Amino acid sequence: MSTASYAIWSTRAAAVSRRSGSVAVTLLGLLLLTFFIGRVMPLDPVLAIVGPDADASAYAQVHRELGLDKPLWAQFGIYLKDLLHGDFGMALLTGNPVITDIARVFPATLELATLAILFGVLVGLPLGVYAATHQGRAGDHVARLITLFGYSTPIFWIGMMAFLVFYAWLGWAGGVGRIGLAYDGLIPTHTGLLLIDTAWAGDWQAFRSALRHILLPAVILSFNSVAYISRMTRSFMLEQLSQEYIITARVKGLSQRRIVWGHAFGNIRVQLLTIVALAYGGLLEGAVLIETVFAWPGFGQYLTSSLLLGDMNAVMACVLLIGLIFVALNLISDALYKIFDPRTR
Amino acid sequence: MTLPIASGAPGAAALPASSGAAFAASTLRLLRFLLRNPMTFAGLVVIATLLVVAAFAPWIAGHDPLQQNLAGALQAPGSVHWFGTDEYGRDVFARLVHGSRITLYIVLLVTVIVGPIGLLVGTVSGYFGGWVDSLFMRITDIFISFPSLVLALAFIAALGPGLEHAVIAIALTAWPPIARLARAETLPLRNADFVVAVKLQGASNTRIILRHIIPMCLSSVIIRLTMNMASIILTAAALGFLGLGAQAPLPEWGAMISTGRRYMLESWWLVAAPGAAIMLVSLAFNLLGDGLRDVLDPRSQS
Repeated sequence: MSTASYAIWSTRAAAVSRRSGSVAVTLLGLLLLTFFIGRVMPLDPVLAIVGPDADASAYAQVHRELGLDKPLWAQFGIYLKDLLHGDFGMALLTGNPVITDIARVFPATLELATLAILFGVLVGLPLGVYAATHQGRAGDHVARLITLFGYSTPIFWIGMMAFLVFYAWLGWAGGVGRIGLAYDGLIPTHTGLLLIDTAWAGDWQAFRSALRHILLPAVILSFNSVAYISRMTRSFMLEQLSQEYIITARVKGLSQRRIVWGHAFGNIRVQLLTIVALAYGGLLEGAVLIETVFAWPGFGQYLTSSLLLGDMNAVMACVLLIGLIFVALNLISDALYKIFDPRTR
Repeated sequence: MTLPIASGAPGAAALPASSGAAFAASTLRLLRFLLRNPMTFAGLVVIATLLVVAAFAPWIAGHDPLQQNLAGALQAPGSVHWFGTDEYGRDVFARLVHGSRITLYIVLLVTVIVGPIGLLVGTVSGYFGGWVDSLFMRITDIFISFPSLVLALAFIAALGPGLEHAVIAIALTAWPPIARLARAETLPLRNADFVVAVKLQGASNTRIILRHIIPMCLSSVIIRLTMNMASIILTAAALGFLGLGAQAPLPEWGAMISTGRRYMLESWWLVAAPGAAIMLVSLAFNLLGDGLRDVLDPRSQS
């Protein structure tokens, strides 16, 4: 690496770290917000632990143990200290520490969301490019309708309808859960991602079962990201295609394919990368609903079932984690932009 | 997304009366645009139908939405019950029709809460600048850091399930983009000649913001609020589906899907009908919002 390019990298790193300074403030805000929702709002955390029949002394003891007699800023300090030690409290649902539960359920969501973002890119990207190159014609209108439906469809509903058609009526999909009952719990866990674990074990029948189970929810989950990615791709492409270098390329007699994929597309790759990062975060929201529909034992289902039990520890840990992932993805997409976009040099 | 209304007017010309007239002119322009764009027009027709259905629900429904008839439970769609009956023998069509009132109630209430909050935070932030701006924008940043459904879930976890709590939770997650927009609209106005002129005449900051800045931001904020309605509908339906929004026996569309799910394999209409209603209405708001953006943002017309 030459000295010149080192200088560029270090200024860019400085810009990123300046930005992380404001991210630190945002993180503190996230913590304040979850703390506020979890502790200050009307639900009584003591009552949730001791139950309605407890006498006054038991109530007072738990009240003291939770640190609720201390001033709010001290409580927030304790909250921060616990979080930094990875202590999110105990989950009512399982009796385990919340952090253990989350570590257990998270791979299922990761696998689902990763497959969904793959579909999102594989469908959304060509769709957006096609719409941009056929602007104003029938193909563009069809693409616009598809994105509009992607934005407007209640994802849990389309998930249930797809389940009805492809599982109950046609028998193509694998049903609820991550894998057929015959294989459940028999696959040695390496990564927690069933597609990889089954392949690792060389059990191709189990792999097929896992694939049949994951395909439908992943496709449905990808709907929003297909809409988002195709729409952004279209507008980025349109912006490029109106530039003068494209006209030059046309005058030089380059083929349409070279112009679109070689010239224009090359210039929007970085922008697309940031869009995909944001779409990936957005999938977490859809996962909360899709996992409930398909009884997918992941993060979203853990969040909703804890919520219905009124288990604030688990709920706030999940919410905080999703906030952190969002901020991290934002930061990553920002950093990618600054590092890879030659125009920022 | 600045509207080309009275913003170029020098001095004290931008009094509420003139910005009101400009608002009427831009409304007329919008109407002409709507008639030329079939998709936007279709969206408008669906929304108008929704309003009519909600207004005249008892006359359109034909059946009582809460009237149980266990002998006639889970009937398939037919000539008597157009969309079939549910597990208590209640008419699904009647419930859908009455559910339109709940959907509108949620959408309007959230909008009425979110609009003023967003406007106030945004204009105050943009007008004063400095640390006020930093503080307010940092707070909106924090709210934007969460996906809106997840943040709404967190608030409901604390408040408890229910229709009103769902409205509060959605409102708490929906104001930041409005505040951002109002701030962006305020920034160029802060040092505009007419604002300086009013200030020299001795107007207080409160008066300037309320009487001069807010009217200028109003039209773009209203359009943004319209565009938000589709996502409000989807979030409300999602909360209903998770059992955290409107509670039984209210015929809220998301909650209807949630209870219908148990009978889905035999009685598909219990899920299909309310979901189609949600999709139709949310599509209509998206079509309308799309059209509004096209007419107001010349860059996207190209």
